[in-house]
Amino acid sequence: MSDYILEMKNITKTFPGVKALDNVNFKVKRGEIHCLIGENGSGKSTLMKVLSGVYSYGEYSGDIVFEGDVQKFSHISDSEKVGIVTIYQELALIPELTVYENIFLGHEIKKGRFIDWEETIVRAKEMLKKVRLNINPSVKIKDLGVGMQQLVEIAKALSKNVKLLILDEPTAALNEDDSENLLKLIKELKEHGVTCILISHKLKEVLEVADSITVLRDGKTICSLDATKDEITENIIIKNMVGREIDDIYPKRNNKKFGEKVLEVKNLNAYDTNLGREILHDVSFNVRKGEIVGIAGLMGSGRTELALSIFGNSKGYRVNGEIFVNGEKKKFLKPKDAIKAGVAYVTEDRKGNGLILIDDIKSNITLANLKSLCEKGFINENEEIKVANEYKASLKIKAPSVEQKVGNLSGGNQQKVSLGKWLFARPYVLILDEPTRGIDVGAKYEIYTLMNTLVKEGMSIVMISSELPEVLGMSDRVYVMSEGRIVGELPIEEATQEKIMELATN
Amino acid sequence: MDFLYEVKQLLKQNIREYGMYIALAVIMLIFTFGTGGLFISSRNISNLINQTGYIAVLSVGMTLVIVIRHIDLSVGYVAGFLGALIAILLTKYALPVPLVILIALALGLLIGLFNGYLISGVGIPAFVATLAGMLAFRGALLLATEGTGTIIIPQKSFNAIGNGYIPDIANIRGVHVLTIIIGTLAILFYIYSEFKTRKNKLKYNFEVISKQMFVLKLIFISAIIAYVTWILSGYNGLSWTVVIVIIVVALYHVITTKTSLGRHIYAVGGNPEAAKLSGIDVNKITLIVFGSMGLLAALSGILYTARLQSATTTAGTLFELDAIAAAYVGGVSAAGGVGKITGSIVGALVMASLINGMNLMGVGISYQYIIRGAVLAAAVIFDVKTRNKSK
Repeated sequence: MSDYILEMKNITKTFPGVKALDNVNFKVKRGEIHCLIGENGSGKSTLMKVLSGVYSYGEYSGDIVFEGDVQKFSHISDSEKVGIVTIYQELALIPELTVYENIFLGHEIKKGRFIDWEETIVRAKEMLKKVRLNINPSVKIKDLGVGMQQLVEIAKALSKNVKLLILDEPTAALNEDDSENLLKLIKELKEHGVTCILISHKLKEVLEVADSITVLRDGKTICSLDATKDEITENIIIKNMVGREIDDIYPKRNNKKFGEKVLEVKNLNAYDTNLGREILHDVSFNVRKGEIVGIAGLMGSGRTELALSIFGNSKGYRVNGEIFVNGEKKKFLKPKDAIKAGVAYVTEDRKGNGLILIDDIKSNITLANLKSLCEKGFINENEEIKVANEYKASLKIKAPSVEQKVGNLSGGNQQKVSLGKWLFARPYVLILDEPTRGIDVGAKYEIYTLMNTLVKEGMSIVMISSELPEVLGMSDRVYVMSEGRIVGELPIEEATQEKIMELATN
Repeated sequence: MDFLYEVKQLLKQNIREYGMYIALAVIMLIFTFGTGGLFISSRNISNLINQTGYIAVLSVGMTLVIVIRHIDLSVGYVAGFLGALIAILLTKYALPVPLVILIALALGLLIGLFNGYLISGVGIPAFVATLAGMLAFRGALLLATEGTGTIIIPQKSFNAIGNGYIPDIANIRGVHVLTIIIGTLAILFYIYSEFKTRKNKLKYNFEVISKQMFVLKLIFISAIIAYVTWILSGYNGLSWTVVIVIIVVALYHVITTKTSLGRHIYAVGGNPEAAKLSGIDVNKITLIVFGSMGLLAALSGILYTARLQSATTTAGTLFELDAIAAAYVGGVSAAGGVGKITGSIVGALVMASLINGMNLMGVGISYQYIIRGAVLAAAVIFDVKTRNKSK
C-alpha cells in the first residue's frame, strides 16, 4: 500500500463557460493534516465536491485513488462508505432533533427492523467522549452553540468510521476559544489515525496545524508544501495564493482628518422578547466624520444586536435610548428610516439576510435605493445597468456581466455586491458587520482599500469584527463589547490584542 | 456575428421563457390537426379565450402570491360568493350595475386585505389562513343561494361582461372592423416601443441583438398579433372579457417589471430578511399582494357570473387550484421570487387549450384529468431541469 491515502490525478471539471478545475493534482499522506488553501473561487470547494461524490463520476475527468483503488463515486453515500466524510461550513444538523438522533442520522443503529435507541444513546455518548464534548446526548441541536454543534458534526463523522475527514472552514463561525479547542481535537484525531483535509482562510491556524499545504489558484495546483520539513511563513502562502506579494495586508491612510460626530448613540438598551432578557445595557458610542471605529468583542457579546437595534430594529427588540445623526435626534422605527437618515448596515450574513441570491447583480445593488432610479414611477432600467456597471468596475466585482446571478458568485464578490448596494444608498455612516468573513486575502485587501477611500471621501465607518488584527489594522478608535455592554474605548495607539482580549473576557 | 449562432444562443439563454410559448404553440397545433381545423376556428378561439378569462385574472394575482412565498386557497369561493352577492344585489335590490360591480370589487379587496393581515400581522401561515377562508366562503356561498338555488341575472349590461363583444363601427363581410383597427394599433405600438427601447439601449452603448434578429423578432410578434386579431375579427370581434384580461395583464406586467413596487415584491419573495434590511416593509408588501388577490378574485367572480348569466351554488369550485396550476405551468417557482405575469397567462391558456381541445376531440373526462395532471407535472419538471442551466 502506498504512502498516500488519497491521490487525485489530473482532475478537470468544467461548468458552462468556466473551467473550475484544470488538471489538478492533489495527494494526501496517510495520517497527516493537509491544509488546502486558495482564494475564493480558486476551486477548493469544487475539488472537495468531486472527492465526496457531489459531482459524480463522469462529470469530471481524472482519477481519484483512495487507499490504492480507483474510486467512482456517484453519490455522497458512496464516498462515505469508504470512509471519506465532509463537514461543510453550513452545518448539516437538524436543529429540532436531539444530539444522538443527529449523530446517527442516515445510518441508524437497528435491531431487526426498528431503531435500537438504547444502543444509539450509548454509542452517541462514546462518540461525544471522543470529541471531548461533555453534554447530555438528549438535548436538541438548536440549544447548543455553534462551537458545540461543530463538535457534534465531528462526532457524527467519527460514528461513520471516518478515515479521511474533510473540514470546510470549520472555524469561520467560531470564537478564539472554540477554534483552539477544535484545532486541538483535529490534532488528537490525527494521533488516532484519522487523516484530515482542512480548508481554511485563517493562515495562522493553517501554520499551526498543517503537515502539508496545497495551494490552489484559478483552478490549478500552484504548489504543495511540506510543513514538517520546510520553514513556511504566511508570506510564502500569500504569495502563492494571490500570485504576488502583499506587503501590508492593512493599507495605511495618511493625513487623517476627523470632523464632527456623525453618528452618536446614547444610553441604548434593548430587550429581546424572544429570549426574555436584556441584550444591550446602556450602550453609548460615537463615530466622527472620516473615522473608522472598530467594535471588538467575542461572539455573543452583542455587537450584531447593537447594529440591528440602531438600524431600524428589524428584529423587533424593545429598544430605548437616543440616536443622533449629524447632531439631529432621530428615531428609527424601521430600516427604511435609518437608510433615509444616511445610515447603512452591511450584514455579517450576506447569504442569509444580505443578498437576494436568485437575483442578478444589478437588482441587488439598486435594491436599497431604487427610488433614485425612478422616473415618473418607472424604473429606468438602462440607468440601472449603467449604475451597476459603475460599481462592478469600481469594486472590481469579478463576473461576466451585471446580469449574473449573485448566488453564482464567490464569497468575496458577493461581499462586494453587498457593499455596492449600500454605497449606492449614499450613506453618511456605514456599519460593516464582519466585512471580511470567509473571504480570501486578495478580496480582503481590496475591501480594506475601499474602506480607506470611503473615509477619505468623508464617510464614517463602524466596523464590527471578530478578527483582532483586522480591528487593530483598520480602526482609528476601538470600542470593546462584552455581554451587551461597552466595556472599554481605546485610541488606536493604545490598543493591543492583549488589552482588547482582557477587556472582552472580563 | 453569425445569424444562426445568435438564434441558437438566444434560444439557449431564454429556453425557460420561450419553453412555455413553444409548448402552447405545439398544443394548439396538435389540436388543430386533431380536430381537422375546428380548434383554430374563429368561433372556437373566441370561446376559448372567453372561457379562460376568470381563471386568467386569478392566475395573475396568484402569481404574485406565490412569488412572495405564500398561497391563497380562498379565492375560488370568494369569487363564487361575491358572484352570488352580485346576483342578489342585482335582482332582489335592483341596484345599478356599476354600483354593484364597485361593491363587489371593494369587498374583494377587503377580504384580500383581511387575509393579508392574518398572514403578515398575526403570523398565521397563508395555507391555513386561506384554507379557513375557503371553508368559510363556501359556507357563505351556500347561505346566499339557500332557498333560491341558482339566481338568474336579467340585466343585459352586466351579462355582456362575460358574453358581449365590443361594438363595431362597420361590419364588412363578416369582419369586425374595430377589432382590426385595434389590432393594427397594437402592432404599431409594439413596433414603436421596441424601436424606442433599442434606441435607448444604443444611447447607453449597451449590447443589442443584431439588426436581422431585431427585424425578425418584430415581424414574428407582429404576425402573431395580426393572426390573433384576424381570427377574432372573424367572429364578433374582441369580447369584453378579453379587453378586461388584456388591461389587467398589461397593468400587472408594467407594475411587476417597471416599478419599484414590483421590484420590492420580487425582493421579498427572493429573500424576505434581506428585503427587510434593505428598507422594504415586508408586511406592507404582503398586504398589497393579498389585497390585489382579493380584488382579482372579485373580478373573477364578476366575469364568471356574467358568463353564466347567473349565480350558482357551486360557483368557484376549484378555481383556486386552476389558478395555481396555471401559475406553475407558467414558470412560477414555489421557492419564491421567480415568476412572470405573462408566463402565468400563457400557463392559463395552455390549461384552457387542453380542456377545450380535448373536449373537441371527444376525449373522456377521466383521461382529461390525467392528461392535465401530466402536463402540469411535465411543466414543473421542465422548469426545475432548466433552472440550474440558465445563466
